[in-house]
Amino acid sequence: MVNAHGVTGVLGEDGIHVDMQHLKSGEVNLGTSIMAINFKDGVILGADSRTTTGAYIANRVTDKLTQVHDTIWCCRSGSAADTQAVADIVSYHLNMYAITNNEAPSTQVAASLFQELCYENKDMLSAGIIIAGYDPRHGGQVYQIPLGGSLHKQAYSIGGSGSTYIYGYCDNHWKENMTEEEGINFVRGALQEAIKWDGSSGGVIRLVVLTAKGAVRHLYLPDTGYTAPGVTK
Amino acid sequence: MGGFDFSNYNRNNVLHAKGVPLPKATSTGTTIVGCVFDNGVVIAADTRATSGPIVADKNCEKLHYIAPKIWCAGAGTAADTEFTTALISSNIELHSLSTGRPPRVITCMTMLKQHLFRYQGHIGAYLVVAGVDPTGTGLYTVHAHGSTDKLPYVTMGSGSLAAMSVFESTWKPNLNREEAIALASEAIKAGIFNDLGSGSNVDVCVIENDKPTDLLRNYMKPNERGEKARNYRFEKGTTAWVSQKVVSKEDMRKYVTVEEVSGDPNLMEVDS
Repeated sequence: MVNAHGVTGVLGEDGIHVDMQHLKSGEVNLGTSIMAINFKDGVILGADSRTTTGAYIANRVTDKLTQVHDTIWCCRSGSAADTQAVADIVSYHLNMYAITNNEAPSTQVAASLFQELCYENKDMLSAGIIIAGYDPRHGGQVYQIPLGGSLHKQAYSIGGSGSTYIYGYCDNHWKENMTEEEGINFVRGALQEAIKWDGSSGGVIRLVVLTAKGAVRHLYLPDTGYTAPGVTK
Repeated sequence: MGGFDFSNYNRNNVLHAKGVPLPKATSTGTTIVGCVFDNGVVIAADTRATSGPIVADKNCEKLHYIAPKIWCAGAGTAADTEFTTALISSNIELHSLSTGRPPRVITCMTMLKQHLFRYQGHIGAYLVVAGVDPTGTGLYTVHAHGSTDKLPYVTMGSGSLAAMSVFESTWKPNLNREEAIALASEAIKAGIFNDLGSGSNVDVCVIENDKPTDLLRNYMKPNERGEKARNYRFEKGTTAWVSQKVVSKEDMRKYVTVEEVSGDPNLMEVDS
């Protein structure tokens, strides 16, 4: 109890809190590898499945891909409590939006809601969120909201502690207008590398494919079909 | 507007900085587990409550009632688990009365997570929520900061690592009632014997689809105190005596004088 939030914080010379990344002691962390990409027919979201409390894996089959509307999903990284709370609030607002307007919300509306919450409460939150969705008017779209609460529309987006290891992989393998199979292989290959190199990522690889046909889930093990230098068959 | 008052939190931090030790909360350094089976869900807990290195209670109850078919196992700060579950239990009952439907496990879990998130981890309640409702069986963990997980078998508290090792090595899908009780109590025993914060007895709660809930208080007592080989009681007649004199009640009056006191007997005696 003594080490509760606020006691361990570091103040800068100007009195501004500089320790942005720190989690409250004992908080559940999503030391994560997450990503979302655009492809020919829509978007694909991907994530590992590890949640940690310190050195302990609290859940090895976590679902970090969260549905906030029929074909609008998000990838969560950072504090589990914060991202769940934010996703629950956005989910509530999107459901209300759909009922009052008698029309499904666009991905941009969802992303703006996430941004509003993440920016206005930036001092209290540690949440890095990727939003991806499909709507008939705009097709597939991918947005990212980093820690400060800015909003970025991207062709593809990677996030979480494991993403640092796959910037090179993604830059090297990325293509516009991939087929569904190519897209799945891109996400899967990237997350296999992220899980391999990042100790805070692991478990299984979860994917969600969002197209005009709706949402389809996929599940892969990180080592099946893995071909890379140094792997002996 | 109800709620908690945290003004003492800042005062305590100032006092603590000046060298005054903060008062210790009774913490349930605990092992709690939960496990689903074919017809319902079982949760179990040890019965040790600690305050620092002291065992504050050797046989406390960590299984809390929420609704007839929703129960909670609590770890963390004892007072917080007690009051949080009592509050949610009350709100669940009102909600159930207002909707005219049996309460759902996911409703209970959502109310708990929203309550705990609002208090940003200051309410130190770590809970395993379990139960059956019209949608099926539910088993969740809720952490003090407000994050939740849904799993077929869960452990929490300081003994969670010992308990999880039992689940990870012996759990299989589609358990029946007896197998699930045996597995859950075995996991608690791993906590009792291998974790210093856990100990004493095993409490079990079985919640089933079509039967009344079974609270098996002290389902196992693996730490019963044995008979001591010797004791410090002296046998009658151990002390020698020189002589004996029996004084009757009547004889006693010879040594006592009874005096009537004047004044109002209803008035209290006050220093002059």
